[in-house]
Amino acid sequence: MPPIADSILILLLLMNFFILGTANLRAAIRAVALQGLLLSLLPLFVESTLTFRLVALVGATALIKGMVIPALLLKALRDVHIRHEVEPYLGFVPSLFLCGVGTALALLFADSLPLAPAERASLFVPASLATLLAGFLVLTTRRKAISQVTGYLVLENGIYVFGLLLYQAMVVEVGVLLDLLVGIFIMGIVLNHIQREFSSVDTERLSRLRE
Amino acid sequence: MMAVYLIVIPLLGALAAFLVPADRVRPWIVAAAAAMHTALTLVIVRMRGKDVYDSSWLRLDSLGRLVLLVISILFLICAAYCVGYLHVRANRPNRIFCTALLGFLGMTTLVTLAQHLTILWVAMEATTLATAVLLYFNQNRRSLEATWKYLMIGSVGIALALLGTLFLAYGALLGLGEPTLLFPDLVRRATRLPVPWVRTAFVFLLVGYGTKMGLAPMHTWKPDAYGEAPGVVGALLAGGLTTSAFLALLRIYRIVDAAGQGRFARELLLFFGLLSMAVAAALMIGQRDFKRLLAYSSIEHMGILVLGIGIGGAGIFAALLHVINNAFTKGVLFLAAGNIHRAFKSKRLEDVTGALRRVPLSAGLFVAGFFAITGSPPFGPFFSELGVLIAAIGSHRYIVGALYLLLLALVFIGMGATVLAVVLGVPPDDPAGSAFRDSASKTIPILAALGLVLMMGIWIPAPLSALLHAAARFLGGS
Repeated sequence: MPPIADSILILLLLMNFFILGTANLRAAIRAVALQGLLLSLLPLFVESTLTFRLVALVGATALIKGMVIPALLLKALRDVHIRHEVEPYLGFVPSLFLCGVGTALALLFADSLPLAPAERASLFVPASLATLLAGFLVLTTRRKAISQVTGYLVLENGIYVFGLLLYQAMVVEVGVLLDLLVGIFIMGIVLNHIQREFSSVDTERLSRLRE
Repeated sequence: MMAVYLIVIPLLGALAAFLVPADRVRPWIVAAAAAMHTALTLVIVRMRGKDVYDSSWLRLDSLGRLVLLVISILFLICAAYCVGYLHVRANRPNRIFCTALLGFLGMTTLVTLAQHLTILWVAMEATTLATAVLLYFNQNRRSLEATWKYLMIGSVGIALALLGTLFLAYGALLGLGEPTLLFPDLVRRATRLPVPWVRTAFVFLLVGYGTKMGLAPMHTWKPDAYGEAPGVVGALLAGGLTTSAFLALLRIYRIVDAAGQGRFARELLLFFGLLSMAVAAALMIGQRDFKRLLAYSSIEHMGILVLGIGIGGAGIFAALLHVINNAFTKGVLFLAAGNIHRAFKSKRLEDVTGALRRVPLSAGLFVAGFFAITGSPPFGPFFSELGVLIAAIGSHRYIVGALYLLLLALVFIGMGATVLAVVLGVPPDDPAGSAFRDSASKTIPILAALGLVLMMGIWIPAPLSALLHAAARFLGGS
């Protein structure tokens, strides 16, 4: 793997910390968009020959992960007129700390797995696992429904990184991307209905269904 | 080639349902597409896979045939019920609902056909999205909350399943030199897959597809979703969606078993099976909401399914038999519960008593369904639940067998108390008054489902028996 790919992956990891640490929802969504754009560059370093498939994948990823989905979320944010603070259940410092621990564990775990020689030195596997964990943290510790969607997107970004190791096999990546898009679209609709019904996208209000 | 029509028919039906302007016509489109789907399924299953579309990506093996048969018949029953149900709920627009119903059928069919891990994943994800739409039919705060929880938990589950899929592909890349994701290919050369990747992949796929099945502790979406969705959606989820997720898990299990890691997989399945049964039993006791009660029953039976596989050998046959029994019995229970819910405009025990007096037929079917699902003879589930027990004893897993029996007894008591409170007694004076009473269109489909449950207990048709044995052998059982 060329060092540029690893630099991109390190940027990706830094974005994880930024998303967990920022108090501003809009900034978090922009950071996810930037992650999407960074991810779209990665296939260029995995595959050396310029094929139609490569161009299509780069284009589709940049379009869907970097532009369309963030635009949908930003539009949802504008529509629901909420305060743009994140309001986590877990404070920023503890969640950043957990993210750091998670990243370290991901590095250790990836080290224990058998890897192809080309990937042994690169950051693909640990970056993927660490991003997955960061997404999971955002998803579980944030109160607002939009933040939870942001977390889900970070989690998906982590999976996407791992998928790039299998560039030759991922015949249906575009199907996966489309599924993601439709999923976010439906989440957006539900978000809108939540706003209309509860005058809030605070998932704490979603607590009628209990034992 | 014909099997492709099994996907095309529902999707064309979905398109037609979306385009037709009249709310009255749409349920009939759903019913017609369902009838065609079942007819074609019966033809294809009888051909035993001789003349089916035989590409490397889509193929109908014995396991797929079994699950397809169950889902298709259950869907037909639900579609027939829908005609009456959507007539009662004519005040609600049903365009999106009917479209999503047929989309759901098309995508679960694709799950049964998929021989490629990514196709399987895409189809499972699509069923998640179709289901989210179905859950939101009532469009109130409670169904909104249930839909949101289902979407978030289901999406994370399915994302973990994707990662598991990629792990397996990476294992194939390392071990086989090419990242194949075709099931037959992976099974044939499984011994060359690196063990750490196989194990890690299995854990992720088990948690991912286990979330969709509703195994504990990933079950938390289930009571909310089943509690708030219309009864017919509950029936499709508990008998159809969970069954297709179980099929996905079985396909993965087959690879892991072929890779020599069957023991590791079975231990995990045993654990999740018993845990699911225990969690369900604990939450059923004192349950005041009879639709949530059914959700816990579904968690319990998903536990029984994976427990059967975890025991292995004869347990695999019993689990596959239980797939059929569980699906049809859940059809009876959820549809009958839906009728009772309508008749009382409530699903809480505080408001619902004496259902036998207000809706005698639905309440009677509800009780029959309760006895069937808790394993009373002569209904089908008695034999499959007994089969799991015999397999546990036969493989000298006495502690597992004892725990299983204890949990079944606890569930019987916990579920029985709530069910009896619903059906017995005197209906409350109801000033608002629900006009809903038993009617042919909303009870005949339930009677048909109960008939199937009874048939499975008394007489299993020879071709079905042969199919069950073939599917069990396919999974390395007996």
